[in-house]
Amino acid sequence: MKKIKLLQWIPIIVLFIAFGQPHPVFGQETIKIGIAGAHTGDLASYGLPTVRAAELIVKKVNNQGGISGKKLQLMIQDEACKPELATNAATKLVSAKVHAVIGHICSGATKAALRTYQDANIIVVSPSATSPELTISGRYPNFHRTIAPDDAQAKLVVDFAIQKLKLKNFAVIHDKGDYGKGFAEFAKKFLEESRSAKIVLYEGITPGAVDYSAIVQKIKYSRADAVIYGGYHPEAASVVQLMRKRGMKTVFISDDGVKDQTFIKVAAASAEGVYASGPKDTTKNPLAVNAIAEHQKAYGTEPGAFYLNAYSAMLSVVNALAKTKSTDYKAMRKALRTYATDTPLGKIKFNEQGDAIGVGFSMYQVRKGAYVELK
Amino acid sequence: MNFFWDLFLGGLTRGSIYALIALGYTMVYGILQLINFAHGEIYMIGAFTALIVASVLTMKGMTGLSVLMVAGVVAVLYSAAYGFTVEKIAYKPLRQASRLSPLISAIGMSIFLQNYVMLAQTSDFLPFPNLIPPSDFLDSISHLIGPSDFIIILTSTIVMISLSLLLKFTKMGKAMRATAQDQQMALLAGVNINRVISITFIIGSSLAALGGILIASHVGRINFYIGFNAGIKAFTAAVLGGIGSIPGAMLGALALGMAESFGTGYISSDYESVFAFAFLILILIFKPDGILGRSSQQKV
Repeated sequence: MKKIKLLQWIPIIVLFIAFGQPHPVFGQETIKIGIAGAHTGDLASYGLPTVRAAELIVKKVNNQGGISGKKLQLMIQDEACKPELATNAATKLVSAKVHAVIGHICSGATKAALRTYQDANIIVVSPSATSPELTISGRYPNFHRTIAPDDAQAKLVVDFAIQKLKLKNFAVIHDKGDYGKGFAEFAKKFLEESRSAKIVLYEGITPGAVDYSAIVQKIKYSRADAVIYGGYHPEAASVVQLMRKRGMKTVFISDDGVKDQTFIKVAAASAEGVYASGPKDTTKNPLAVNAIAEHQKAYGTEPGAFYLNAYSAMLSVVNALAKTKSTDYKAMRKALRTYATDTPLGKIKFNEQGDAIGVGFSMYQVRKGAYVELK
Repeated sequence: MNFFWDLFLGGLTRGSIYALIALGYTMVYGILQLINFAHGEIYMIGAFTALIVASVLTMKGMTGLSVLMVAGVVAVLYSAAYGFTVEKIAYKPLRQASRLSPLISAIGMSIFLQNYVMLAQTSDFLPFPNLIPPSDFLDSISHLIGPSDFIIILTSTIVMISLSLLLKFTKMGKAMRATAQDQQMALLAGVNINRVISITFIIGSSLAALGGILIASHVGRINFYIGFNAGIKAFTAAVLGGIGSIPGAMLGALALGMAESFGTGYISSDYESVFAFAFLILILIFKPDGILGRSSQQKV
C-alpha cells in the first residue's frame, strides 16, 4: 500500500521540479551575469552595494546598446553569507546558465560555492572575499577578486619595515583574535622568509586586560627595533602609550584595525609616528568620484561597503566580454589577465592566481594627529 | 636582574589595583555572604566620573594636582552614592530571601549599569588623561619605577593600612566585625545592622572608584566594559586569599598580580589568564578556603 501511495506522488514532484526551474526568457540573446551574496540578514550591508553597482553598470551598458549587440541581464541570488545557502545559490545560477558571477561576498560562502561554478566553467569575480587561500591554493582557477587578500597587508608591512625603515629585530604581538592573529602569523612567515630580519618575540596579549606593563617590559628587554602588532586599536593604543611612557622609542607598525581615528584620539601624543597599513585611498580617482555620484543620483545615499570593489569587478567582466566578443570561459579567463580595465580602483588586470594587480594596501603614518598616506 | 625587578614592580602595581577592588568584594561577602557582581561596574563608574570631572576642570583652566584631587574626591563620593543606592535597591529587599536571589539581582545590576553607561555615554573607547602631575621627586625616581606605578602602590598601601586600622580600633570597625561574625547576635547587642551594611557598601565602592581612577590614568583609556575584566580578576583575588578575609584579599590580589606578571614575563603572555586561574585552582586544591580563609564549618 505504502509503495503505491509514494508512486502516486512522483508525477507531482516531477511537475514541481520542472516548474521550479528558472526560465531562460530571452534565450541566448542576452548575456547573463549572476550576482550572489548576502542581501538579507546581518551582513546584508556588505552585499547590497554590489547589487547596486551591478545594476548601475548594466543600465549604462544596455543604454549604449549592450555588448556586441547583446544586452546584459542580472540574476540575483541571496545567500546571507551562509556557506550552505551559497551552494544552493550557485546551483541555481549554474542551471540558469549565467556566463559570469560577481560574488560571493564572504570568504566562507565563496569557498563553498566555487566548486559548483568551476565544474560549469563559469568565471567568478568577488569584490570582497579576502581569504588568502582562495587564490594562493590554485584550486580555483575560475576565481578572481578585486580586493587584496589578507596576507597582502602583512607582506606590505614586512617589506616596508625591512626595506624602507631598514629594521632588523622585530617583536610580533597580536590580540589572539582571528584577524589579529592571522595578520601576525603572515607577518611572522614573511619575516622568516626575508632572512635578513630576526623575530625576537612572538606573543599574544589578552584583549581588555587591566594592564599591559608586563608585555611592554618584555618588548623592552627583547631589544626589538620595532613592534609589528596584529589586532584592533584599543589594545594597540594601550601598548603604545605604555611604551612611550617608559621612554621606549621602538617603532610601532600595525594593520588596518589600527588605522582608525579613534586610535589617535585615545593614544594622543603617543600615536605620533605610528605606522599602519590601510586600503589604498582611491576616493580621489575621477572614476571613483563618478561611481559614487551615480549611486547618489540613483539611490540618494552614500554607497556602502565594497561598492567600488564591486563596481570594478563588474567593469572588468564587461571589458573582458567586450574584448573577446564571446562568453567562452577560456577566452574570458585570458582576457581578464591580458587587458587592463580602467576602474574606480585604478587600472587593473588579474595575475595568474586571480588577484587584481595594483589593488591593495598603502602604508600610513600618524603625523600631527592624522594618518597620512606614504607614497 | 633588572628584568626581574621590572616584572616585580608590574606585578605589584597590578596587585595593588586588584586589591583595591577585591577589598569591596570581600567586605560585602564577609558581612552579607553575598557576591556583589555589580562591584566591577562601580569601579568603571568611578573612572567615568573622574574623566568627566577632569575634562570639565581642564576646560576651566585648572591644572596639576588640583584636578586629580577634585576629580578623585567627586568620583569617590559619586561611586559611594552608587554603591549605597545599589544595596538599597537591589539587595536590601532580598535580605531574607534564599542566597540565590541576591546573587541574580547582583548580576542583573551589573548588566544594567554597564548598559546604562554605554547608552548614556558611549560604547567607544575614550582617552583618559594622565591625572598624575609631573613632579621633581617622581622624575628623580623614574629610572627605578614609573610615576603612575609609584602612585598606585603608594595609594593602595595607605588605603589598606587605614582600612585595617579602622576595622581594628574604631567603634564602627568593631560593629562591622561583629556583624560579620553573627548578624543576629550583633543585632541583639544593639548594633545597627542596616547602617553597618550601608557603610560597608560605601567603603567598598569608594575603594573601587579609587582603583578605577588610578588604573585608568595608568592605562590611558576607558570604556563601559572595563569593569567586567577587572571585577572578575579582583573576585578571583578575593577567593584566592579567602573570601571574607580582608588581609586575605590583599594577599590574594598581590599573589595574582605577581603570578600574571611573572607568567607573562618568563613564559608567555598568551597564557596570562591561564596562569592566574591555574594558580587559583592550585591554591584551592590545597586550601579550599583560600590562603587566609576561615574554614566554612565555623560560619555555620
